Amino acid sequence: MIKEDWGFQTGLPEAASSYAPNIDWLMNVLHVVMIGIFVVWGVYFIYCLVAYRARDGHTGTYHQTGEKASFIPDGLILAFEMWLILAFGIPIWASVKQSTPPPSESNNIHVIAQQFAWNIHYPGPDGKFGRRDVKLVSASNSIGLDESDPASKDDIVTINQMSVPLGKPTILQMTSKDVIHDFWVSNFRNKQDVVPGLNTNLWFEPTKTGKFEIACAQLCGLGHTQMVGNVFVKTPEEFDEWQKSQVAEKAGTASAAGAVAPSENRS
Amino acid sequence: MDTHGHGHDAGHGHGEPTSFWRKYVFSVDHKVIGIQYLITSFLFLLVGFGMMMLMRYQLAWPSPPDDFDPEKMSLVRSTIAKIFGDKMEYGFMRPDFYNQLGAMHGTIMIFLGVVPLGVAAFGNYVLPLQIGAPDMAFPRLNMMSYWVYLVGGIVMMSSYFAPDGFPQSGWTSYAPLSIVAPPGQTVWCIAMVIIITSSLLGSINFIVTTLNMRAKGMTLGRMPVFVWAQLVTAVLLLLAFPVLEAGALLQLLDRVAGTSFYIPKDMMYGSTVFPAAGGGNPILWQHLFWFLAHPEVYVLLLPAMGIVAEIIATNTRKPLFGYREIVGSMVLIGILSFVVWAHHMFLSGMRTSLANLFVTTTLTISVPSVAVLTCLLLSLRGGAIRFNTPMLFALAFLPMFGIGGLTGLPLGFAPTDLHLHDTYYVIGHFHYVVAPGSLAALMGATYYWYPKMFGRKMNETLGKIHFWMTIVPMNFIFFPMLFQGMWGMDRRLADPTLQWHNLPVQGWSVIMLFAACVLLLGQIPFLWNFFWSLRHGEIAGENPWNATTLEWACPSPPPHGNFVTPPEVHRGPYEYSVPGHKTDYWPQDEAA
Repeated sequence: MIKEDWGFQTGLPEAASSYAPNIDWLMNVLHVVMIGIFVVWGVYFIYCLVAYRARDGHTGTYHQTGEKASFIPDGLILAFEMWLILAFGIPIWASVKQSTPPPSESNNIHVIAQQFAWNIHYPGPDGKFGRRDVKLVSASNSIGLDESDPASKDDIVTINQMSVPLGKPTILQMTSKDVIHDFWVSNFRNKQDVVPGLNTNLWFEPTKTGKFEIACAQLCGLGHTQMVGNVFVKTPEEFDEWQKSQVAEKAGTASAAGAVAPSENRS
Repeated sequence: MDTHGHGHDAGHGHGEPTSFWRKYVFSVDHKVIGIQYLITSFLFLLVGFGMMMLMRYQLAWPSPPDDFDPEKMSLVRSTIAKIFGDKMEYGFMRPDFYNQLGAMHGTIMIFLGVVPLGVAAFGNYVLPLQIGAPDMAFPRLNMMSYWVYLVGGIVMMSSYFAPDGFPQSGWTSYAPLSIVAPPGQTVWCIAMVIIITSSLLGSINFIVTTLNMRAKGMTLGRMPVFVWAQLVTAVLLLLAFPVLEAGALLQLLDRVAGTSFYIPKDMMYGSTVFPAAGGGNPILWQHLFWFLAHPEVYVLLLPAMGIVAEIIATNTRKPLFGYREIVGSMVLIGILSFVVWAHHMFLSGMRTSLANLFVTTTLTISVPSVAVLTCLLLSLRGGAIRFNTPMLFALAFLPMFGIGGLTGLPLGFAPTDLHLHDTYYVIGHFHYVVAPGSLAALMGATYYWYPKMFGRKMNETLGKIHFWMTIVPMNFIFFPMLFQGMWGMDRRLADPTLQWHNLPVQGWSVIMLFAACVLLLGQIPFLWNFFWSLRHGEIAGENPWNATTLEWACPSPPPHGNFVTPPEVHRGPYEYSVPGHKTDYWPQDEAA
């Protein structure tokens, strides 16, 4: 009835990005405070239910006191929340979402989402992305890469499998071909809607090598559940090697076929 | 602010109907309309609940195990497979059917279930009584709003017969998915326009009635909290709903008239560029939608708070703590609810710096909510608490809404929302607010005002069984959602086990299914009680709870025109245990 690999976990999954510890710290502080408020409040609630239950000879009291004092919890909550916003909310948000590491020192990737796949477009060793054009989109060229653009020559396109190096930030510039999707890796503690007609950004600096799952977090149709992929965080050496082999493979296919064909679904 | 007492004939100018159709079906009497709304919305709640049961069944065992043998299916599985045919082959749900049920569960529960129950059913029945009015200000408009609502509900359900069935873009119907979706979505747009029209008719009526139809002596400061809650709610509906109505019309045009309000340039569908693509912006829909839908959350909540305040005051036998603070907080919630909508959109591609503004407004709105909750809690202090069924539901509202409110904190806080957005944590959060929160209060209201509606009380024993079999299983359904969401399981997944990172929390889904089954069983005593008590319940009399507000100053059930003589109000709504008074309650209309 419950399969072997199903579990009853609580808490957060493994953290694997540079800013994940900040977000986890905030998450934990919030939950400790929430549980604290709930327990204090709950104890008083139960005390009231017992102490003021109806019974013979006990009547309600008409006059009540402490109307002004009842604003104290409201004030405390307001002060606590404003402190959180100023001390952590705005700074953490700014560092994760409002600023991006310098592209020149980062690994840059374009993500082009579609129903129901993640197209991952790497600039290759030259660091330049080839031009894309919606008119060139076809079954064999899912992102409409213009192979006549010199910058496209060493570009790599994979589907659903993203390789990134450890030790430097990766910047994703994302757009969608059709409906809204959402790029989400739970271990990185970050997600971002991927919207047709817009470019949105998401950056992360992985702190661990390994495989992390990409899921689509915005309902995008029938295959929404299956719109998954993996981020493979590799050591810089492994990453370079992977990149070289991809470029070589692309060149090989191109010469073998005598025509331009993009690489597909390799990882 | 005193208005003249409205005599029956002078006040609203319609005589008592005589024919059956006029009296019980096409009635303009607010009480009959209230009961019509009550029964209709309970039916929709049952439908939405049934869809949820199917989804929970799917989520517990989303795909066949390796050793699955179609010959040896359980009785439940084979029955489900038989009923739903190819939509649930071998009892495993097709993803499009899952999306359909998801979209419809949300739409039905919110727009056809909880809002009509909280606002239209109890508002219609109780509000005119509590302010001492003979009827609503516009009885015919009132009748129209019910029938328009019913038509809207039927149109919404009829989408099942559209090619590819129900709408399947979620209750939020985000463009452009909803633009390219199958025809059921067109029906959704049309039905929403109809339902919203009905709500607008109702809200105008509530506002005018509250402001103009109060009995002599019923100043604004003497109005029961429930009336205040309905007034604020009506204003929210009036100001927020037109925005979604316009949004739904634009979506309809995008779908049927080739416009592109929400469709950007070069948008593709399948392998070709979508014909109407160009110029539009998908995020516009989200703004229009959430500009309604966040105030809508408070439309779900405020009537529940009002109900809980009434029940608590009556059953603690003491005045409510902080009447002005509660009312002021409700008004403040109403105002602030219009400036928090974009906290649903932190990650939508909206300008990121805007998040800081909406985080601040969102956390600020928690303060008046905390204030209301604090006042209701402190109202217990010094009381002589009676634990009858309505009171149990009202008391349960407090901690349950507490969990719902507290879990809103990490969601409204943008940095933690990065992780929790669109996960089951969100689902757990708002279900705590709406199900064991609002819906529990509404069930309490049913037990509380039933004697007024039908002249008899509901059975207490069955009521208590219903209470425990509702609140306990709800916690076993919604609390594990917080664990699943924290671990990163997304909402709206037909089969979460296809994503390996969800497997460590998948076990909870099996527990949630069993809890949902108990919840289902727990509603049987309620239904039985509701119908059985119509004939066999204890005779209630005018004022079975020894309460003070005006609805208890007329016969049960009240006759056409409500009050035998127009009531006159002499004091505030919650004068309980006044020292020196002969009883422990002092009704508002009792002459000094």
